[in-house]
Amino acid sequence: MSEQPGGTGLVLNEPLLWERGKTGRCGFSLPAQDVPESPLPAELAGEGPDFPDLSETEVVRHYTRLSTWNYGVDSGFYPLGSCTMKYNPKTNERQAGLRGFTAAHPLLPAALSQGALRLMYELERDLAEITGLAAVTLQPAAGAQGELAGMLILHAWQQSRQSVRTKILIPDTAHGTNPASAALCGYAPVAVPSDERGIIPAGVVDSLMDEATAGIMITNPNTLGLFEENIREIARIVHGRGGLVYCDGANMNAVLGVVKPGEIGVDILHLNLHKTFSTPHGGGGPGSGPVAVRRELERFLPVPRVVEEGGAYRLREDCPDSIGRLLAFQGHFGILVRAYAYIRSLGPDGLARVSRLAVLNANYLKERLRGTLPLAFDRPCMHECVFSDRNLQGTGIVTLDIAKRLMDYGYHPPTIYFPLVVPGAIMVEPTETETKEDLDRFVEAIQAIVREARENPDLLKEAPHRCKVTRLDETAAARNPCLIG
Amino acid sequence: MRYLPHTDGDVAAMLQAVGLRDLDELFTSVPSDCRVTGELRLPPAMTEWELDAHMDRLAGSMAVAPEWSLFLGAGSYDHFIPAVVSSLAARSEFVTSYTPYQPELLQGTLQGLYEYQTLVARLVGMEVATASHYDGAAALAEALLMAVRITKRKRVALSRAVHPRYREVVRTYFAPTGYDVVEIPYVPATGLTDLSRPEEWGEAAAVVVQSPNFFGCIEDLRQAGERAHAGGALLVAAFTEALAYGLLKSPGSLGADIAAGEGQSLGIPRSFGGPALGIMTSRRQYMRGLPGRLVGRTTDRAGKRGFVLTLATREQHIRREKATSNICSNNSLSALTAAIYLASLGGTGFRRLAGLNRDKAEYLKKALGEAGCTFPFSAPTFNEFVVTAPGGFDAPFQRLVDRKILAGLALGPSYPELAGHNLLCVTETASRQAMDALVTEVRS
Repeated sequence: MSEQPGGTGLVLNEPLLWERGKTGRCGFSLPAQDVPESPLPAELAGEGPDFPDLSETEVVRHYTRLSTWNYGVDSGFYPLGSCTMKYNPKTNERQAGLRGFTAAHPLLPAALSQGALRLMYELERDLAEITGLAAVTLQPAAGAQGELAGMLILHAWQQSRQSVRTKILIPDTAHGTNPASAALCGYAPVAVPSDERGIIPAGVVDSLMDEATAGIMITNPNTLGLFEENIREIARIVHGRGGLVYCDGANMNAVLGVVKPGEIGVDILHLNLHKTFSTPHGGGGPGSGPVAVRRELERFLPVPRVVEEGGAYRLREDCPDSIGRLLAFQGHFGILVRAYAYIRSLGPDGLARVSRLAVLNANYLKERLRGTLPLAFDRPCMHECVFSDRNLQGTGIVTLDIAKRLMDYGYHPPTIYFPLVVPGAIMVEPTETETKEDLDRFVEAIQAIVREARENPDLLKEAPHRCKVTRLDETAAARNPCLIG
Repeated sequence: MRYLPHTDGDVAAMLQAVGLRDLDELFTSVPSDCRVTGELRLPPAMTEWELDAHMDRLAGSMAVAPEWSLFLGAGSYDHFIPAVVSSLAARSEFVTSYTPYQPELLQGTLQGLYEYQTLVARLVGMEVATASHYDGAAALAEALLMAVRITKRKRVALSRAVHPRYREVVRTYFAPTGYDVVEIPYVPATGLTDLSRPEEWGEAAAVVVQSPNFFGCIEDLRQAGERAHAGGALLVAAFTEALAYGLLKSPGSLGADIAAGEGQSLGIPRSFGGPALGIMTSRRQYMRGLPGRLVGRTTDRAGKRGFVLTLATREQHIRREKATSNICSNNSLSALTAAIYLASLGGTGFRRLAGLNRDKAEYLKKALGEAGCTFPFSAPTFNEFVVTAPGGFDAPFQRLVDRKILAGLALGPSYPELAGHNLLCVTETASRQAMDALVTEVRS
C-alpha cells in the first residue's frame, strides 16, 4: 500500500485568547492624536469592552497555532459530497485583494466605480450564458439566501397573477435549506418521493401538483449524484398547472457546458459561487448565491440591478416590481471577483472540461470502491456518488466511525448521513482538481478501514487518534450550552 | 489548464476502469434533449498575467485612497486594517476549510469562532452571540423574525432613524409573511427617535432603534427599552458602526433583548459592500430561538477542552421547514477576521481608537460650523453627523469631487425633508490636513 498523507507530528497547545496577554499591551499601531480630545457627555459614556490586551507577536502565535488544527482543501483531499470542495486558485485571492476593490466604498457614485460595475455586469452575463437563463442577480450572500430570493420571486410572480398558493413540491433528496427557504415565504413543503432509481418520476409530480401548489424546488443533478431525467416532463406538468420550476444549482459543477437549466424547463436557479466557481468556503462562508431567471421574471429580481448604457455602467434602483433588497449593499463583491477571475482563467473550453473531469473522477471512485462499500444506487453517477455502511452490519461499525477513522489517514471525511433517503449514507464528491493518484490512495485508505472494521473495530470506534482532540462530546455541548467564555 | 491535473494517459486509464470510450459517454444519463448543443459563448481563457493586467485595469478605475479622500460612511466604514489581520485571516487552513461538521479536524475555526462569539457578546453587552450572519441588514431582518416567534405578535415598530437600507431589507423578508412594519418618526430638532407616543406602535413584537443611528446620533436606548417592555415588546438594538461601543454604553447594559448589526468596522475591508459581517446577539433566554450557527465548548473522550457546532436542532439540516432560519453558509471568515482585529487592538486600543474617531469627527464638525455650515440635529454623535451649508450642500459636494474629496452621502433621496443635507463620516484614517482641505473648499 502506498504511503497515506495522515501522520503524526508536533501538535502545539494554545490557550483561549483571554488566557493570554496583559493589560496595557496593544498589537495595533494607533494614529497620532492630531486633534483635540472631545469626550462624550458622561451619561452616554461606557466602560469600553473587556477585551484582552495582547502584543502583535502573541496574536500571531495564537492564530497561527489555531490554523494548524484546521484542515483545508490546501491541506488535502476533501471529498465532502454536495459541497464541491475543489481547489481555490491563488490568483483569485490576488485579484480580490487589489486595493481598488478592497478599499472601494459600496456607495461610490457610478462614475467613480466603473471597474467594479463592469465586472459585475460581465459576471452576470457569463452566468446567464452558463445557465441558459436571461437575467442574473449577484446579490444573495449564500446559497440559502439565493433560495430565499428565488422563493420571493416565485411568490411575487404568483401574487402578480392574483394567484394564492400555499404549498410547494420538494423532493425527499433535497438539501434542508430548501424547505426552510420555502417556509420563509409561507409555503408548506410537500415531499416528493424519489423512486427505486433515485430520481423523481413525472407521474408522482403529476399526482401532487395542483392549483394550490406554487411550484417545485428541484435539485438537478440531485443529491444522490443522479440527473433528474424527467425534468422536461416535470416542468411541463408544473407549468401547465400554473407553477414555476425552481432549481437548486448547488450541483452545477457536474453539468457546465453539458446542460443549460434554462433550456430544459427551469425558471429560476441559484448557483453557489463557493462550490462550482471555486471561491473558498472560509470555514463556513462567506459564500455567494447568484440567482438566474427567465426573461419574464427579470422584473422581480432584487435591487439594485447593474445596467449598461453606451458602455457606462450604473446601479439601478427604480424597479417597482422588484422583491426589494436582500442585503444593505450589492452582495459579496469580494467573492464575485474570485468567481469572475475563475471563469476568465478557464474560458469556455476549460469550464466544459471541469465538469467532464469532475464526473470522470466521481465515476472512477464509484467503480474502484464498489467492492468495498455498497452503492446506494448502482447507476452511472454525475459529480458524486453515495455509498452506505450496510455491509458492516454485525461489526458494530457505522458510517460515523469510518468518517472519523479517515481523519487518521489524512483525509477530510465525505458528507455522512445525507441524503436522508439512504441510511448510513457516505456521499463522496471528489471534484475535478484531484489527481488519479490521490483518488487511488483514498480508495486504499477506505479499503484498509473496512478491513480494520472487521479485524480491529475498536480502532474505528476510538478514532480519530491523530487529531488535536479525540471524539468530542456533542451531546453534552447541546445539553449545557457554553457559548461564550 | 493548471487546475486540472489529468494527463491524456490518466483520462484513458480512468475511462477504461469505468468501461467507457470517451468523456461524452459519462453523460448518457442526461437525455439527449437536455444536452447543450454547441460551445459556451464566453470570452477565451486568459493566462495568469493577462488576467492580472485586466484586473489591475478594472480595479484601477475605482475611486479609493490615497488618491481620494472619502468622508463617506453610512453603513460601511474606512478603518485601518493592520497587516497582521489580513495576513492571519488569509491562512489557507482557515480560508479553504468547510463548515466544521467534523469538529476534530477543524478545531482552529471552532475555537476562533468561540472566541469571536465571546468578544462580540462582550462588545455589545449581551449573553450569547451566533457564529455570524451575512450582514447587518440581514441580521436585523432575521432578528425581527425571531422577535415575532418569541412574542407571537405580528408587527414590528422600526425607527425612521434606522439605516434606510436596513429597513428595506426588513420589508423584503417580511413581504410574504403578512407581518406588519410601522415606522417611528424621529424628532426633527434632535435627530433622535421619537419615543413619546408608544401607543402608536400597537401590539409590537419588537421596537427597533439603531444607536448610533443613521444620522450618527446616539440614541437613548434605556428609554426605548422601558417603553418597549411596558408594551410587551422586545427592544432590538441595531447598529452599523460597532466601533462606537468602545465609547458608548453597550446595548445590553441599556436593556436590549436582541442586538443585531454590522461588524464590517472590525478589520473587514469595505470591498464595494461585501462580504461584511452580520452580528447577531441576544439574552441567554432567547438562545434557542437564534438563527444560524452556534459554537459551544465541550470535552473530548480524554476530557480535553474542545469545540463543536451546537444546538443544531434549531437548524435547517435537522429541522427543515421548522428551522429558526434557512441560513447555512454564513460569514465565518469575516467573524474570524473580526476576532483577530479585536485581539490586535485589545480593550485598551479599542477604546482609544473609538475615542480618536469621535475626536476627529468633532474637529471637523467644529471647523465646518466656523465655515458657516449648520447641523440640523442637536444630539451628540460618534463619527458621523448630518450637515448642510448655506444654499445646501450639493454645490460644495460637486466642487469637492473635482478635488477628489467625497464629502459624504446626500440624504435627500432617502429623507426628502433633508434635501441639501449630507451625512459625513470621519474615522481615524482622516488626517487633519484632509479635513482642513475639505473645510477650505466648503468655505470658498
